[in-house]
Amino acid sequence: MSIIERSPPIQPVQPPRARRHYLNSGYSVASWLLTVDHKRIALLYLVSITFFFVIGGIAATVVRLDLMTPQGDLVRTETYNKLFTAHGVIMVFFFLIPSIPAVLGNFLVPLMIGARDLAFPRLNLLSWYIYMLGGAFTLYALLAGGVDTGWTFYAPYSSTYSNTYVMATAVGIFITGFSSILTGLNFVVSIHKMRAPGLTWFRLPLFIWSIYATSIIMVLGTPVLAISILLVAMERLFGFGIFDPRLGGDPILFQHLFWFYSHPAVYIMILPSMGVVSEIIPCFCRRRPFGYAFIGFSSVAIAVFGFLVWGHHLFVSGQSVYAGLVFSMLSYLVAIPSAIKVFNWTASMHKGSISFETPMLYALGFIGLFTMGGLTGLFVAALAVDVHVHDTYFVVAHFHYIMVGGAVMGYLGGIHFWWPKMTGRMYPENWARLSAILIFFGFNLTFFPQYILGYLGMPRRYHVYPPEFQVLNVMSSAGASILAVGYFFPLTYLLWSLWYGKPTTSNPWNATGLEWQTPSPPPTENFTETPIVVDEAYDYERFDQQVGTGGAR
Amino acid sequence: MPEQASTLAPHVDRLYLSLIGMSLFFTLLITGFILYFAIKYRRGNLGVDRSSRTHRGVSMEVSVMAVLFTLSMGIFAWGATLYLSSSRIPSDGMDVRVVAKQWMWKFQHSNGRREINELHVPLGQPVKLTMISEDVIHSLYVPAFRIKRDVLPGSYASCWFEATRTGEFHLFCAEYCGTNHSRMVGRIVVMEPAEYGDWLGGTSPTESPAVAGERVFENLRCHTCHRSNGVATRGPPLAGLFGHEVKLADGRTIVADDTYLRESILRPSSKVVAGYQPIMPTFDGQVDEEQLIQLIAYIKSLAQP
Ligand code: HEM
Ligand SMILES: [Cu+2]
Repeated sequence: MSIIERSPPIQPVQPPRARRHYLNSGYSVASWLLTVDHKRIALLYLVSITFFFVIGGIAATVVRLDLMTPQGDLVRTETYNKLFTAHGVIMVFFFLIPSIPAVLGNFLVPLMIGARDLAFPRLNLLSWYIYMLGGAFTLYALLAGGVDTGWTFYAPYSSTYSNTYVMATAVGIFITGFSSILTGLNFVVSIHKMRAPGLTWFRLPLFIWSIYATSIIMVLGTPVLAISILLVAMERLFGFGIFDPRLGGDPILFQHLFWFYSHPAVYIMILPSMGVVSEIIPCFCRRRPFGYAFIGFSSVAIAVFGFLVWGHHLFVSGQSVYAGLVFSMLSYLVAIPSAIKVFNWTASMHKGSISFETPMLYALGFIGLFTMGGLTGLFVAALAVDVHVHDTYFVVAHFHYIMVGGAVMGYLGGIHFWWPKMTGRMYPENWARLSAILIFFGFNLTFFPQYILGYLGMPRRYHVYPPEFQVLNVMSSAGASILAVGYFFPLTYLLWSLWYGKPTTSNPWNATGLEWQTPSPPPTENFTETPIVVDEAYDYERFDQQVGTGGAR
Repeated sequence: MPEQASTLAPHVDRLYLSLIGMSLFFTLLITGFILYFAIKYRRGNLGVDRSSRTHRGVSMEVSVMAVLFTLSMGIFAWGATLYLSSSRIPSDGMDVRVVAKQWMWKFQHSNGRREINELHVPLGQPVKLTMISEDVIHSLYVPAFRIKRDVLPGSYASCWFEATRTGEFHLFCAEYCGTNHSRMVGRIVVMEPAEYGDWLGGTSPTESPAVAGERVFENLRCHTCHRSNGVATRGPPLAGLFGHEVKLADGRTIVADDTYLRESILRPSSKVVAGYQPIMPTFDGQVDEEQLIQLIAYIKSLAQP
């Protein structure tokens, strides 16, 4: 964007403490807990989400250790079931869904559109409190005794048979849903109403496109989740008989309701990551992204089609054969916009001037893992193959490739990319690169064997399993420990960098985009004067010509 | 590749292998391009041409989309055809009734022989499973046969296979069903037909489900209303009913299959036969799933007089 003419990217490095900005504008607890500054709220989310990620990760570690032996000698069966449920519930509802939108979205949306804040700053703070309240309920359920239904809560097991803390967990998720709706609403309104003068839709950063698409899913989909949870609650408390056939209900109905939300929810997890990658690749290739409009529209297409494919989770459930055919076909349609993105990111590297700082490593890792996760999606959408692999470890591998390989890689890439903006400090580059590489290899060692396990026939959610599956399980557990180390590194060096990291300039990557036009960390009001945009996003070629940086032309 | 032990397995594997081939191709293609670009256009490499600007590339995008569309519709069609043909249940098969409950599989052969967590079947003959659950959702999964089907409470689900190899194969429950989900496992034993015949008849004589069903029918005093001699009584006659159309009081017509019979026993007032009063009491709670299966088998055995 052309504002670069007015604010030269090379500035004297100012230690972050010397200047007033959103971090040092108040140190009291109240100044954090009552803040309405979107940047501070983003940090509140960052801390809480990291906390939940660690808890979910500990549960996964125990599950994986337990599966090293076919008899499951480490924990009791009830405990095992509660652990994988806790892992799934926490990772999905308290980590993956809020991660990028609530942390990076909150921090960046106003900066990227050149606004002072989101449209409803108080609502934004409220949504964090709602998230924490929901989290508290769920944590209570876990500490009080746990839940053993799996994160999918299939009725009638969850509604009638399980004797665990289903209600408390369900209430927690129900509450958290409102946080998601409010956040989505806030983004949609802000993106519509608060863009800086000149920032037309087709000049928006691709991250904003993806957050916009995600928000639409959150606003439209989450109420359905809320309703399904409410119905389970009614059935548990008052014996309503909606899902239990003994009471005249229909157990498949729950699956339809649940997946009507939870399938689009997968796109809530992955679309923002795609947005992050679409920011990182142009910057580290010094190129306009190939096919800007196609990347932007494919986000919207994914959001729309994403609502039409829930039935592909029900191929063996007893839904009609014809419904299966329709859902299978629609699933292939939704694969196309995803593939288009991969194609465009790759093509964006052509004739670039590519450097491999940490965010770029994460972005490349994302493309690799997402491609593999996406391609195996074609397997599970192919009806006859899905009959065999459904509810096996093949599916576990597939969704980890998308949700962990895709979403978490994008999230970490984004955190590294914008860390200097958020904190005014640089992290130690070599540690960061090392951990990105560790995570990539650990990830593949953990989850690739699970594809094989699944095709060989090992069902998921099995505490004990036939001994012939042991070798692959041990490989997977070994990979998980590498992965755990990989995740542990950023946790420590990012904290370290807060005090000892090198202070950075406003634009350490020489990136385009309004967020780089304000100092790092940004002042509370984001911009001293409202920026005016007169040019397209990502004009890296011109940027480098004007400034003479970055490109080795 | 897991063992292939059913007529379906080689077909599924062929599709699976093609998908692997295709995935490998695309993964290598993408990785290849990324590595090539990453090396050639790395920042330090000064000698390369970076001159031309990104053109819009609309035609390129559209052709990529066209290729993806064609390819994916091809896979869809292949998977769908296979699924359609495999969900048509052959009529000459042998029938096995399955009741699933937390946490066991109960099987009953047509001559009455019962098994738990074990199913013996003959080689080279289609076997049809009619399945129901007594509690939560379970899922019958035999990896070597490439079959899987959810077993629901409250309605019958069916699936079939034809074994092509003798031996023992894993039987799993694939839908999470509570504490001992992973212990709801068993084995399928495929035998030579002659051997199977010996096995089936070999033990002490067993009562067939139809005979057992007749006893249940009498114990519950069903015959007081449904006399089977064709005389018009308070309830419709049951002889020759199975598999035929029934006219309902609300004008609809419905085929009398397992599901209809089961529902008529448990919730008689929901589908009343035209010409009769809704006076039949419900037997919900008085019969379990196995007795229901026996009652239905008995009704099936009543030929048209
Ligand atoms: C160290 C990394 C991880 C390991 C070793 C791991 C392992 C596992 C295992 C073994 C299961 C249970 C599979 C089953 O029994 O069916 C599972 C389920 C799951 N995992 Fe992970 N996981 C890891 C990281 C993550 C992350 C980072 C996320 C999300 C951000 C995640 C999301 C899920 C979900 C949603 C489920 C489904 C839970 C369910 O079956 O109810 N996992 N994972
Ligand atoms: Cu089961």
